[in-house]
Amino acid sequence: MQGLPSEHIVPLKVYFTVASALFVLLALTVGVSLIDLGPFNIVVALVIAVAKMLLVVLFFMHVRWSSRLVWLFASGGILWLAILFALTMSDFLTR
Amino acid sequence: MSFPHWRKSTVSDHAHPTPVAHQFDDREQQTEVGRLGMWLFLATEILFFGGLFTAYLVMRWKWPEAFAVANSKMDVTLGAINTAVLLTSSLTMALGVRAAQLGRGKGSFALIIATMVFGLAFLGIKAVEYARKFQEGLFPGPGFVFEGATGRQVETFFSLYFMMTGLHALHMVVGIGILTVIAAMIRRGRFSPDYYAPVEISGLYWHFVDIIWIFLFPLLYLIHPHL
Repeated sequence: MQGLPSEHIVPLKVYFTVASALFVLLALTVGVSLIDLGPFNIVVALVIAVAKMLLVVLFFMHVRWSSRLVWLFASGGILWLAILFALTMSDFLTR
Repeated sequence: MSFPHWRKSTVSDHAHPTPVAHQFDDREQQTEVGRLGMWLFLATEILFFGGLFTAYLVMRWKWPEAFAVANSKMDVTLGAINTAVLLTSSLTMALGVRAAQLGRGKGSFALIIATMVFGLAFLGIKAVEYARKFQEGLFPGPGFVFEGATGRQVETFFSLYFMMTGLHALHMVVGIGILTVIAAMIRRGRFSPDYYAPVEISGLYWHFVDIIWIFLFPLLYLIHPHL
């Protein structure tokens, strides 16, 4: 249980770097949407969205410096969402 | 019969300025439990929104053309501006938590207020978008107007659009309410470098709402504007 966020003051530089990266990714996702990549437009858009989510979760939400238990709780929701998607589509894709 | 220990300690016990409820060993454990509680709540929130994301997944898989056509009615510029506004609000929120960690009450207060202002700006821009959709007859229901064979499917897209962004906007309103309370608590000097868990945990909620929008923006605005 080392390096809990309550003991960890993140340097300002980290927050501003992360925010800059988020804005670059926003510009990138809008830019890519203007180019016709066919079915890959949505793939690129979602990859960028996941990258933005990871930046927010790891740095703004301090998960990078949090305990293993916080990691478990944070990934648990995503895992259950994946189960929801997988079981739903296993029905629709096999009709 | 006595008041809970934490209440007593905040009011009178100067030797222990850090409020620790009696069921916890120490402040660290109390903070971690609060943090885990919020993450558990956020996990339920992921599944709350997850139902709508699943509906989107199924509908989009069934009617890709109609969704692309409906997408041409979306205002990408306003959507992108709103994304930038919300990302900025997450930055000010993170900086507000940092200021609270350092015991900088004034800075923390100002940054929380800034976060709320960005949140309100987001809702204002959203309201402008909603008003335009109503004027264009794109709100699902008897007033829905759309020329073409896929009209009903386009209407379904807009049902999803209003439900997903509406639920998100509701979370923004709740977030602004929470931050109002946090700002008032900062104002009353309730936090210190030893005790700022409510600020941190409210920040987690705010960032979560930001993440939902990070996915709504590409899914609703950037589908395929090449038709």
